[in-house]
Amino acid sequence: MRLGDIFSLRRFGAIIGKEFVQMRRDRITFAMMIAIPIMQMIVFGFAINSDPKHLPTVILAADHSVFSRSIITAMRNSGYFQIIRTVASEAEADLLIEEGDVQFVVTIPEGFSRRLVRGERPALLLTADATDPSATSNALAAFRLLAEAALTRDLEGPLRHLRRNAPPLNMIVHARFNPEGIAKYNIVPGLMGVVLTMTLVIITALAITRERERGTMENLLSTPVKPMEVMFGKIVPYVIVGYVQMGVILLAGRFLFHVPMMGNLALLLVVSLLFIAANLGVGLTFSTLARNQLQAVQMAFFFFLPSILLSGFMFPFRGMPLWAQRIGEMLPLTHYLRIVRGIVLKGNGFLQILPNLWPIGVFLVVALFIGLTRYHRTLD
Amino acid sequence: MAEETPVIDVQDITKSFNGKTVVNKLSLRVSPGEIYGFLGPNGSGKTTFIRMLCGLLRPDSGSGVCLGFDIQKEAEKIKPLVGYMSQRFSLYEDLSVLENLSFMGRIYGLQNLKSLVHDSIERMGLARFANQLAGTLSGGWKQRLALTACLLHQPRLLLLDEPTAGVDPKARRDFWDDIYRLSEQGVTSLISTHYMDEAERCHRLAYLSYGNLLTAGTADEVIATAGLTSWLVSGDNVHLLAARLKAIEGVEQVVPFGNTLHVSGHDAEKLEQGLHPFMDKDFHWQKTNANLEEVFISLMQDREVQ
Repeated sequence: MRLGDIFSLRRFGAIIGKEFVQMRRDRITFAMMIAIPIMQMIVFGFAINSDPKHLPTVILAADHSVFSRSIITAMRNSGYFQIIRTVASEAEADLLIEEGDVQFVVTIPEGFSRRLVRGERPALLLTADATDPSATSNALAAFRLLAEAALTRDLEGPLRHLRRNAPPLNMIVHARFNPEGIAKYNIVPGLMGVVLTMTLVIITALAITRERERGTMENLLSTPVKPMEVMFGKIVPYVIVGYVQMGVILLAGRFLFHVPMMGNLALLLVVSLLFIAANLGVGLTFSTLARNQLQAVQMAFFFFLPSILLSGFMFPFRGMPLWAQRIGEMLPLTHYLRIVRGIVLKGNGFLQILPNLWPIGVFLVVALFIGLTRYHRTLD
Repeated sequence: MAEETPVIDVQDITKSFNGKTVVNKLSLRVSPGEIYGFLGPNGSGKTTFIRMLCGLLRPDSGSGVCLGFDIQKEAEKIKPLVGYMSQRFSLYEDLSVLENLSFMGRIYGLQNLKSLVHDSIERMGLARFANQLAGTLSGGWKQRLALTACLLHQPRLLLLDEPTAGVDPKARRDFWDDIYRLSEQGVTSLISTHYMDEAERCHRLAYLSYGNLLTAGTADEVIATAGLTSWLVSGDNVHLLAARLKAIEGVEQVVPFGNTLHVSGHDAEKLEQGLHPFMDKDFHWQKTNANLEEVFISLMQDREVQ
């Protein structure tokens, strides 16, 4: 048996060519593919705020005193900070914040208590992952007040005179990745994932359901064309569409919203393929379940809504209840958002995005497996 | 003699969906160049059987060959040699005539595609529609395009599922002319239809009901084996007679044909006895051959009685 009997490039090419001609004919859908990213970007340009609490925090303490303990206790009591543990080195703290494992690092420098007692107004450093400003702004505001209040209680007896001076310590807040707290910086890269999810799932679900609904699938299946050729021939054009959409968003982000690009663009484009494929897999699965195009669209929305609400796009992920976070963790968009924000805003490299890359891979394999098995069954 | 090997030779083909048998132990043999008519009421299993022959569905049981290949195991080898035209127009409405044909040609891996498509368009009279979207063609031209598309790869067997439904008489005539021309070239056709005049054009016929093959053979054979006796009644106001004739024992069918009635039944003696009182000078009675429609309707009625 020749290779061409199993998979023929010619037939595969025929399907791709046909898809593009149909895409061109369907002007409205074609316009939507380009208009959706732009429209969403403008709509979501407004920041969506909420008040997330219990944000993971680590302490980097070079000074262990009653004062530092008071500050930590006060932070914990405020409800905004959840002190996970203390870390030993600055490098460890940096890694945690870069990978997005923690939102804050509190650094208590060496000789903090000694200098405090002497009235030298020592520095207290709070480093924040400010990628998503709405997640950190309330916590930051609270921090300024509570550290001061906590110390005031401790400054008793002979230290009472320190209260009189304006703040006994020098609080430094270091908002990393998005120092000005510009919501657009967070929203725009996030939109890339949202737009890809929305258009790709709907379009793939439709592309195959449409063939079945119009009866053209029957004709196609009576020819020597193989199911794999049909499937990949239908998916590839939409992968290209996905990249066009990414290009639109990246360009608009750069020139309209001046979002910086800290990381490697090539890395972003390569890992996006996995995400695009995962969405196409979902679309394919829906197309095997839906009986008509309307059902396909409904299913796509059924998937799209939790994606947009629970992925950390609409609301800060850590602000959501635990059960919602669990669901969010299963969605590819959640992980893709972290990857995009990591690369675009934090300059993450491959190793740093890896923890969010494999869940998308797992999702892809599961979606494709269900899609393919269902697809074969529909032939009979 | 290789030429006389049947194109289709299948035995005991059975297919059921969700426990409902749609095709029941069907055996069929079709010779090369034959035009084989497939008749039967809606839901009788015609479409399912045709879909099994072209590899769209796999039979639950049964065996046989189609174009020399095993229908159970070698569906992929049968597909390139078969031209299948489904009941519904199943080319792309948003592609032009030319684009549809080029696409189908590429799917079949044809060489010299451009000239091949051009020639087919010319031959089938589609030239003036070449760049028109298929969806904007009229029913007759859509059917013509579908036929062109399934002839492009020069199949040896055509499986045509109600190809002339909703098509005007002129287009039907053209369609049949093409089928006859192909038949002379040795192309075999299996055509399902509801039209009696088309059934009569076929070399051989098979009648299906609820998945069972009730009768098969040439039109004359089918009529002969049905054993129906038929009377042609004519005269003024003959239609007033119809209701009264239907009530007579031995009369199974009373069918108006213009200004005449066809009265038929299986038992010739009983029929004649029953009709005798009506045979007066007002009406002209004449014994005649049952036609195909009467035969098929009687087959359907027998089936329902069982």
